[in-house]
This record gives sequence, C-alpha cells and structure tokens, in this order.
Amino acid sequence: MSQEYETILYRKESGTATICLNRPEAFNAFTAQMNKDIIHSLRQAEKDDGVRSIMITGAGKAFCAGEDLGGVDEKTNHAAFLRKRYHPMLKALKNTSKPVTAAVNGTAAGAGMSLALACDFRLVKPDVKFVSAFTGIGLIPDTGFLYMLPRVIGYAKAMELAVLGKPLTGKEAFQLGLATEMIEPPEWEEKTVQFTDKLAAMPTTAVSLIKRYMIDSMHEPLDEFLEKEAQAQRIAGATADHKEGLAAFKEKRTAQFTGK
Amino acid sequence: MSDKQVIAFTEGKVGVIQLNRPRVMNALNRQMVAEIVDQAEAFDRDENIRVIIMKGNEKAFAAGADIEEMMKETPLSLEMADPFSSWDRLMLVKKPLIAVVAGFALGGGFELALHCDLIVAAENASFGFPEVKLGVMPGAGGTQYLTKAMGRAKALEWIWLGEPMSVQEAAHYGIINRITAPEMVEEEAMRLAVQLSEQAPISVRLIKEAVNKAVDTPLMEGLYFERKNFYMLFDSQDQQEGMQSFVEKRRPTFKGE
Repeated sequence: MSQEYETILYRKESGTATICLNRPEAFNAFTAQMNKDIIHSLRQAEKDDGVRSIMITGAGKAFCAGEDLGGVDEKTNHAAFLRKRYHPMLKALKNTSKPVTAAVNGTAAGAGMSLALACDFRLVKPDVKFVSAFTGIGLIPDTGFLYMLPRVIGYAKAMELAVLGKPLTGKEAFQLGLATEMIEPPEWEEKTVQFTDKLAAMPTTAVSLIKRYMIDSMHEPLDEFLEKEAQAQRIAGATADHKEGLAAFKEKRTAQFTGK
Repeated sequence: MSDKQVIAFTEGKVGVIQLNRPRVMNALNRQMVAEIVDQAEAFDRDENIRVIIMKGNEKAFAAGADIEEMMKETPLSLEMADPFSSWDRLMLVKKPLIAVVAGFALGGGFELALHCDLIVAAENASFGFPEVKLGVMPGAGGTQYLTKAMGRAKALEWIWLGEPMSVQEAAHYGIINRITAPEMVEEEAMRLAVQLSEQAPISVRLIKEAVNKAVDTPLMEGLYFERKNFYMLFDSQDQQEGMQSFVEKRRPTFKGE
C-alpha cells in the first residue's frame, strides 16, 4: 500500500523510494505540511526493508524554492519556526540510515539548497541553480546549511557562497565536488534512476554504517572515532552481504547483495 | 505464559538479569522490581558469579513505571506498601552491577540504571525523568542519584523540564561509562563485564565499597575506610598472587580468595 501525501509523491520502484516534492506551481516551496510529509515519508522508507536507497527530487521546473515567504512577516519567531519545522526534517534526514540522493532537477534555493546539502549525494543538471537566498533577505543560511557546506566543499568556498549568495550553477557545483554527477537534461530520468538503483544494489548495512559514522569523524578525536570504526566493522562483518562479497571475490563473480 | 517478569541466566562468571515485559517497554511494576532485586541478591551470593549485568531489550531498558498500578495510590497506601524499600537492597549488592541501556531509560528505568555501578549505553539510548509532566516527581532515588552524578544546577534543569537526555549529554556529565553502536551494546557490555570479572574479585568488591563511601561521607572518614579496606586485602591470596606475578612478569590468576 502506498501512502498518500498532500504535498509530495512517494513511490517505490526496485529498491529505491522516490520522494518527489509536488507543489510545482509554487516551485515546490516548503509549507508546514511539506516538512511533515517529508519526515513521514523518510520514516516510511526507513521502515520498509524493500527500500535500500532514497531519492528526493522536485516536480516541474524547480527542485525546491525554500520557505514560502508568503507566510513570513515581522511577527515570525524565526527560532521557533526552525525548531518546529525545519530542524525535525533535517534530523529525520540525518537519522535515515539509507543513502539519500538529491536529484536536483531545477533551482534549489534557500532551505531548498539546505535540503540538497543535507542529502548524502547530489545529482545535477548543468544549468540548475543553487541559490543561498538568505543574506538577500537579511538572514543567515539555515536548516544545517552552515554545518553541512564547509564539510562538503571546505570553509573558504562555503563562506563565499553563504555570505555573497552568488548563485552556483550545476556545472560549478559539480566542479566544486558538491555534486556527484552532472547529467544532461535528455538523459536525466534514465541516469538518475541508474544512480539510485546502483545504490540500492549495494550492501545496505555497510552503506548505512558509513553514513552513520563518517560525519562524526569530522568533529571527533581519532581515538573515539577508531572505537566506532571497530564496532561498525564488527556489525558489517556479521552481515550476509559480507559473506556474499567474500564468496563472490573468491569465485571471481559479481556479488549479489541483498542488504541483509 | 510465565509469570516471571525477568529472565536470568549466566555467561561464564557474568550473571545477566533481563527485564522482560517488552510489550510495555519494560515499565517497572512492584513485582518486576522485586524480581530484579531478588535476582541481583541471588547472583551476589553465587560464588561463581563475579559481575552482574542488567539489561532490557533493543527498544527500552525500562520506560518508566507502571502508571496504571500507581493511579490508585494514596499517601497511606504508599506508606504501608513501602514500594521503594526493595530498591534500597540494590545498593547493598557487593558485586559490580552494569546497566546495559538501549532505547528508553525513563523515570523508574533511569533510576534503575542509576542504581547500577556502570552504564553502557547505545547511541540511541534516551534518559530522562518525565515524572514532572504527570504532576509528580522521581520517587526511587532520582533526585538524589542524578544530583550526586551531575551537580545541583543540571539535575534541577533535567528533573524540572523532564526532557529526554541524549547519550552525548549523559556522557558529558559523567553519568554513563560507554557509548556503543546500538547493534553492539550487549556485546560491548559483556566485554566490559568479562574484563571486570578477571580482576581480583575481593579488590573489586572493596573498591566499590570505598568509592561508595566517597559519595556521602566526610573525607577523613572515607580515607580511614579506604585504608582499612586496603589493609584487609593483604590477607587475601589474590594480593600475594598479584604481587608475585608482577615480580615474575606473568599474568596473574585471581581466585577471589
């Protein structure tokens, strides 16, 4: 049974769950409902053993235009706003053990850019735009933007993007290492699915453990990290996929991972 | 269905007490607490056991107390039933008690973990005293244990607000000893228990007693107490074995004698 959501389309195909932000008339700008729908759909994908890879993309021209500024005025308490709506979404994304790919089909602006940054991989078209629109309206980039971006592309470049807010094209994002693949529009559908299906065919437990611990390595002392590494490898070493990988290696064939 | 609410078994020299009311997240009722304490005392008397582990399941160590059981209480019914007295007996257990916490350790569950000597917690463990949200407060030692563990200001904040405490926060205040991957929490706790079970048992026992003294006696009294325990160890074979093996550059084998 596929659950129906108001603001997104959720579908599952061959190991990949796709969360498609579906407010094309508003360039997929966030609403409170969309924040909730994203959280619930991530949980749905997390619980579903058949899902081994997750893709987030946008319907229509944009990926996500960030917060719908129509609802923001001088009475808005921005801290409460983030705590209630955006931070739970960001945490849900981080707590999803399966790899999440942002298929950035069009403009990713403001918190929409933050959403793309919080994913584990980004795929882009050459001409899409990443826009940190925040300083343009006198705000700081939020929803984890300042945490994720320097970790992905380094401090200097992150500072430039966060402060100057100059739009970044898909091509530039790819050159900076922010995007994993740059895909020409005619091949978009095919190549994005190929990428997420490739992830879905990987040893899912190992991928989850990499996701769980690699981010920690950026702020933890080596000794602490090494202890986590030992435990994580013990967990991976107990999987059927490890056994299959070893057998395939010895038999000189391609491993068939099941995610178990 | 068995009426027993805890499962007990041994692995080598380690005695394991598993809280076993998974359908209610191991919510503590009186019978369960009594069984836990009885079992801890039985392991304490069992000369084949050197370390005791207390654990729940992967979702919860123990998520609070049985609220339905408590709803009908009156001050006098509580006074007469004296439900917290069995908890006091846990403090008298001489062997090391290790709590293994995955998932929730809330209210009475948190208090139970704090009654143990060491806590090994999974990354997904969540501690807290939500009693205030029910119009009551911790009653099995929470205000005392947490304050001694983390100091007055932080203890007040946590117990007043009743919010969940992450493992990072718990570790920051020295409440827990180890953080592990959720999948590894039992194995890591057992590794710690085995390591502890190989230490000289009488040393371990007298160290626990002396360290506990440090918590609530004046310093001089604690120092005298420590000294007596130190002297007492010179009557053990393990002391001779320990020092002899040191001189002979070999690993000691301790018998607890």
